[in-house]
Parts: sequence; C-alpha cells; structure tokens
Amino acid sequence: MLEFFPAFLKAFLVGGLLCAIGQLLIDFTKFTPARILTGYVVTGVFLGGIGLYPKLVEFAGAGASVPLLGFGNLLAKGVRDAIDQQGFLGIFTGGFTAAAGGIAAALFFSLLAALLFKPKEKN
Amino acid sequence: MELTPQTYSQLVKEASPPSPHAKNISMAFFIGGGICVLGQAFIYLYMGLGVPKETASGMASITLVLLAVILTGLNTYDRIAKVAGAGTLVPITGFANSMSAAALDFKSEGFILGLGAKMFIIAGPVIVYGISASILYGFVYWLLGQL
Repeated sequence: MLEFFPAFLKAFLVGGLLCAIGQLLIDFTKFTPARILTGYVVTGVFLGGIGLYPKLVEFAGAGASVPLLGFGNLLAKGVRDAIDQQGFLGIFTGGFTAAAGGIAAALFFSLLAALLFKPKEKN
Repeated sequence: MELTPQTYSQLVKEASPPSPHAKNISMAFFIGGGICVLGQAFIYLYMGLGVPKETASGMASITLVLLAVILTGLNTYDRIAKVAGAGTLVPITGFANSMSAAALDFKSEGFILGLGAKMFIIAGPVIVYGISASILYGFVYWLLGQL
C-alpha cells in the first residue's frame, strides 16, 4: 500500500488545488456553478490542445483527470486521435467519441435514479 | 452624499457579514482532493484487475459518476456540497450531480419535457461549449497537419 502513497498525495494536492481555484472563482467573481463547469471544460480543451494538460495527468493521475478540466482534456485528445485516424471527419467525431462514456453513464444513471428515488422535499 | 456605484459597493461590503472565504476554500481543497484520491484508488483497483491504464482511468470516472448519482438520489450529495462548495462541483461527480439532481427535481413536470429536458439544464451548456471548443481545436490541429 505504501508504494501508492506518492501517487495518492499528488492526486490529492493537484485535485484539491483545482477545486480550490473553483471556490475562489465562486467566492470572488459570483460565477454561477454552470459557468464554472462550462469554463473548466473549455479551459481543459485549450490546455489539452496546447499539450500542457496531458503532462499534468501524467503527474497527478486522477488529481487531473477527475476535475472537469480533465474532461476537456479528454475531448481534445479524442479529436486529435480521431483526426490522426480519419482525417477531416475526426474534427467532428472525436469529441463525442471521447466523452461518450462519461456523458452516457451520467445520463443513464440519472434516469435510473429519477425512477428509483423520491425527489427531496421542498422546504 | 452622492451614491456612485463605487461607494455603493463599498457600503454593501461594509454591511455584509464577513464571509468565511478561508474556510470555503480549504473545504473545497480537502473534499475535492479527497474525491480525486478516491478516483486514483479506483484506477489502481481496475489496473490491479488487469485493465490498461487509460481504460482504468475512464472506468474510475464512470464509477465516481455512479457513486455521485446514488448519493444525489439519497440527498447526501447536496448535504456534502453545502460544505464542500467547488470541492463537489469541479470533479466529474459535480457534472453527474447536476444531471441527476435536475432529473429528480423535474420528474414531476413529466418524463419528456421535465426529466428528459431539464436533466441538461447545466450539462447542456457544458456539452455545447466543450464540444464546440474541441471542434475549433480539431480544425486548427487538422490545418497544421496539412502544412
């Protein structure tokens, strides 16, 4: 278990820092949650595109891939891989291909949850 | 005294109770970091089962999504989010929570235009701008490849 400790520590520090930046934005800019999420994904596409974010993922693992910046990075990687394989068409297929797992899972589990659970009481 | 926007915001600042920024930010740090550690643990778990690293990372994210949706259904996620702020918003679990919470809340407005449509009230813009940004990037990447 001890051999995993450095990786866990890096995931904790980098992931925590990326969340703390989000909290700074909420506290000091009045950004809504929707804007923060959208901004993180778009920024992740940019940081992934210029090749910076893959290095952070290499360093911090889930600390970089779990925050939504990592989702943006995944979109950029998907587009890059798809263009390498399919050429021009990949511009349009790569993003959704890479994002498919996360979006489909969130969508389907949310539907199941809405069927299984009762909505919370409004007070 | 003349009330300019500057003096007004100064007055608002003085009248507002001191907001616990330091506490908010450290809670976001610890809980957000904790969620990422959990993600890392799932990556190692799946790699231990023989799954390649990148697939393991994707599976770990989907596992976190599932956990977030279950906790949302149990109304636990919202309770943690009240304390964690961006710590539960910024990770992929926050994206999953935005969909499942909306699905639950708007079920009463019907399955099509309630649950089905409102599920995307936050996830929709994330997908629209995320995919569009990826297409712009892809176009630049493709162009550079033509040189």
